[in-house]
Amino acid sequence: MNSIAKYLSELFKGVSTLWAGMRITGKYFFSPGAIVTQQYPENRKTLKMTDRFKGEVIMPHDENNQHACTGCGICEMNCPNGSIEIITDRVPNAEGKMERVIDKHIYHLSMCTFCGLCVKTCPSDALAFGQKFEHAVFDRNKLTKVLNQPGSKLRKEAK
Amino acid sequence: MSEEIIKDVIIGENEEYIVNMGPQHPSTHGVLRLEVCLKGETVKYLIPHIGYIHRGIEKMTEALTYPQIIHLTDRMDYLSAHINNEAVCLVVEDAMQIEVPERVKYIRTILDELNRLASHQLWWSAFGMDLGALTTFFYGLRDREYILDIFEESFGSRLLHSFVMPGGLMHDIHPNFQKRTKEFITYFRKKLPEYDQLLTGNVIFHNRSKGIGYMSKETAIGYGVTGPSGRGSGFSCDIRKIAPYGAYDKVQFNEILETEGDTFARYQVRMREMWESLNIIEQLIDNIPEGDYTAKMKPIIKLPAGEYFRRVETARGELAVYVVSDGNKSPYRMRFRTPNFSNLFVMNEIAKGCKIADLIAISGSLDLVIPDIDR
Repeated sequence: MNSIAKYLSELFKGVSTLWAGMRITGKYFFSPGAIVTQQYPENRKTLKMTDRFKGEVIMPHDENNQHACTGCGICEMNCPNGSIEIITDRVPNAEGKMERVIDKHIYHLSMCTFCGLCVKTCPSDALAFGQKFEHAVFDRNKLTKVLNQPGSKLRKEAK
Repeated sequence: MSEEIIKDVIIGENEEYIVNMGPQHPSTHGVLRLEVCLKGETVKYLIPHIGYIHRGIEKMTEALTYPQIIHLTDRMDYLSAHINNEAVCLVVEDAMQIEVPERVKYIRTILDELNRLASHQLWWSAFGMDLGALTTFFYGLRDREYILDIFEESFGSRLLHSFVMPGGLMHDIHPNFQKRTKEFITYFRKKLPEYDQLLTGNVIFHNRSKGIGYMSKETAIGYGVTGPSGRGSGFSCDIRKIAPYGAYDKVQFNEILETEGDTFARYQVRMREMWESLNIIEQLIDNIPEGDYTAKMKPIIKLPAGEYFRRVETARGELAVYVVSDGNKSPYRMRFRTPNFSNLFVMNEIAKGCKIADLIAISGSLDLVIPDIDR
């Protein structure tokens, strides 16, 4: 008799705890409140990442196709994975002296871990983080990017 | 081959057999292989095999400068990435005798606790799912999303945010940070009782967790089990209380201790720690002092020659960093004492005599993160 009573009490206890959990899920089933799921591929046009989002490293250019990179190589030195390569060139300036300018700022997105040291340590604020995050490509070579646009020049500070 | 082995292994007279759990088992949460010796369904012993995700982080640090090391520590215990970052920064700041601004200490402590909350939420979700309660996964991840959104706004990344630098922070917190964190606290205070109703009171969950995987206080101390797993056995090991860092000496909070030592006790410790984390954040969030977000640092960080040691409390236990420096800009040797490594090897002791299905509950209650074990 005792065992039957114990069995029944455990059964009712089990049903009651099950009911406590089901009440929560039932509540959300009928009144979900705030819907947190984002319909990602459909909402691409309205999806806006936060300002500080670390999508990729970019080099902002102004309307005259000018950037701020002097080619000092501090970002290359600070990168822990070797994902930045800088190729510099020597060209004569207005006074006829040879001057070091940047030829190619190569950025390997495939090796980048987004630690942010290059952007943080750049002395002339030439680098920034971009908002793009859809990086999937079919060929790995496409992940190697040249950050300075063709024909771009160093922005001369107004003296 | 001796006769005994033939009897044991080939004929199988003892009815013992060896089963591999992992390295691709979903409930080990990573690439961990447990070689389990079974008699019937009862576990006789188990041998953990590690190293499937060994990346040599300790060796890699010898070639990197101190600011570069920070981003590697993210990849050890990725669920408490911010706390790992802070451990390395504390060592560097200790060695260079830099006084960090008060603002930095407050922000770091708030982020530590937010990180701990996010980690415990994911653990709760996955623990329920391991034991067959799939619903918990959706509810846990729904609330974790709020924390990750706060992180994304301030640091730019959700999981591996190398936000701390030696001497301070990468940049200041986002203007919205305080407002959103306070919103989250009021939101989560309402949602946390739901967790209890969904899983803590459930009778199936009780039967699967109470009395399973008993770990005595002596075992916990003997194996060096720290964090919520050790505190579930009554081992007082909270570094936040023993050796306060950051702003932990300025807040009132309790060290959560349970004495039962079974899976359910370890579960209860984590659930109560979530309430405690909310209390800590609430005490700090309104009182962040004004000031710089970083101390003045030299452009190249060189530690004076010597040995340095520092420990912090991650979401899983005690993380200790030991640095030997020879005066260069990269360490001579760096060693991480990670909590999960010690927590894993107690499994053989506490899983003996359990059923194989209980092994899932035990490994879930220890809250293992495999990249932290292998480093």
